[in-house]
Amino acid sequence: MNDWLLHFSLKLLETGQNILPVVIVIIGFQLLVIRKPLAHPKKTISGFMYLLLGIVFLLEGLDLALFPLGNLMALQLTTPDFLGVSSLDKVVSWKDYFWVYIFAASLGFSSALAEPSLRAVSLKAEQISGGTIRSWGLRLSVAIGVSLALALGALRIVMGLELYLFIISSYILVLVQTRFAPKLIIGLAYDSGGITTSMVTVPLVSSLGMGLASAIPGRNPLLDGFGLLALASIVPMIIVMGYAQIAHWLNKSRLSSNS
Amino acid sequence: MLKNPFLKQLMGSFMDLAPIFVVVLIFQILIVRQPIPNIGSVISGTIFVILGLTFFIQGLEQSLFPIGESLAYAFARKGSLFWLLTFAFCLGFGAAVAEPGLISVVEKAANIVGKSKLIEQTDAAKTSYALGLRLTVALSIGLAIVVGVLRIIKGWPVYYPVLLAYLCIATMTPFVPVEIIGIAYDSGVVATSSITAPLLTVIGVGLATSIKGRHPLADGFGLIVLASLMSTIFVMVYGMST
Repeated sequence: MNDWLLHFSLKLLETGQNILPVVIVIIGFQLLVIRKPLAHPKKTISGFMYLLLGIVFLLEGLDLALFPLGNLMALQLTTPDFLGVSSLDKVVSWKDYFWVYIFAASLGFSSALAEPSLRAVSLKAEQISGGTIRSWGLRLSVAIGVSLALALGALRIVMGLELYLFIISSYILVLVQTRFAPKLIIGLAYDSGGITTSMVTVPLVSSLGMGLASAIPGRNPLLDGFGLLALASIVPMIIVMGYAQIAHWLNKSRLSSNS
Repeated sequence: MLKNPFLKQLMGSFMDLAPIFVVVLIFQILIVRQPIPNIGSVISGTIFVILGLTFFIQGLEQSLFPIGESLAYAFARKGSLFWLLTFAFCLGFGAAVAEPGLISVVEKAANIVGKSKLIEQTDAAKTSYALGLRLTVALSIGLAIVVGVLRIIKGWPVYYPVLLAYLCIATMTPFVPVEIIGIAYDSGVVATSSITAPLLTVIGVGLATSIKGRHPLADGFGLIVLASLMSTIFVMVYGMST
């Protein structure tokens, strides 16, 4: 128990250090440049405490429960035994890793749904759009985006394809969609990827990438393990814009059929 | 009265997390068909995560969101571009420089680069490389927020800076050492994590709400994407120059 308390307070200290610069910037500018006292000092301070505790509990819990499981499963799903191939076979077809893609996709989907930053921001978006953007719709499209991204990324690691091919073609797709998507949604769609790849998703996705790159023969974890995150932040942009476009078209056709 | 909202939030967090556990359980039981090791720590970890999610959202709504919003309004009313941009830079830089995810990526990067003999294979060289990389990313995030805030003030369309950044990255990629490419693409994503992303959203939306002629939805977003692209560009430059 004592060990655990010590460990917990160390974690608390570390997290405190990490968010300290941001807190100093905010409070410093509030007091020195804006020169107004905080509106609700007590509420603010207890809010920061909640924030700190929240991050520590989250990180600790993820370390205890999710990462070991995620890592273990990336390994289990790539063992020759599981794949049903002899370990002497040098070449394993990319089709044999079928379950890996499914696993990556489901992990991406569910971790995006669990991401607290995405939850907070999509509630905000629902609020300022006056309800035209549904918080759930946004979160679901982002989750679909992340799951597609991770499946693609896993495929890329298995086949050893170049990362930049995927990135540059997503860029082109994003730009084409920007031309046609409703103007209001573009900024939110762009940011949706960056918002999602946060506390839960970043460590989960990078451990998946490293796990796959070290388990699959011929891949270098140091080189091929990177890139999953970048994909996970681009593909949601595409899906969110696509969702907005489809919703826009449906609305239009409904309006024209009514009149 | 106090108990009920808290329980409700706990329940909400539980529902948010449920899909992850459903996925893991289904895979363990039906596909891998092996018992879950350390079931005790998995359960206590899950309880931690649920508590953590609840506290985090509560904390955001009580502290960072209202402060970020009121700061954005206050800056818009004050009308001093200099102070607003200084604030934007400090915020971006401060958020990135301490980000634990970034620190770990930067260390991995230094290892890779050390192995590939782009820099000397000593600990000192690696440490200084990692520090340089971290400061580069923090600098780029600070600059990106400055550009993003300027965009909101001037009312430039959201896709102008993004288009420019895409062009830069696409033309630079062939000239960057292979070892750096993946790290460059990932670095920006990692640097805008935990509290930075929600905070940037509130500040962008707050500015766009309080400046006349800007729409909170159309103009307020777009800070985060710029931060992550800018960091990719800067890391690529850093990789080419060492």
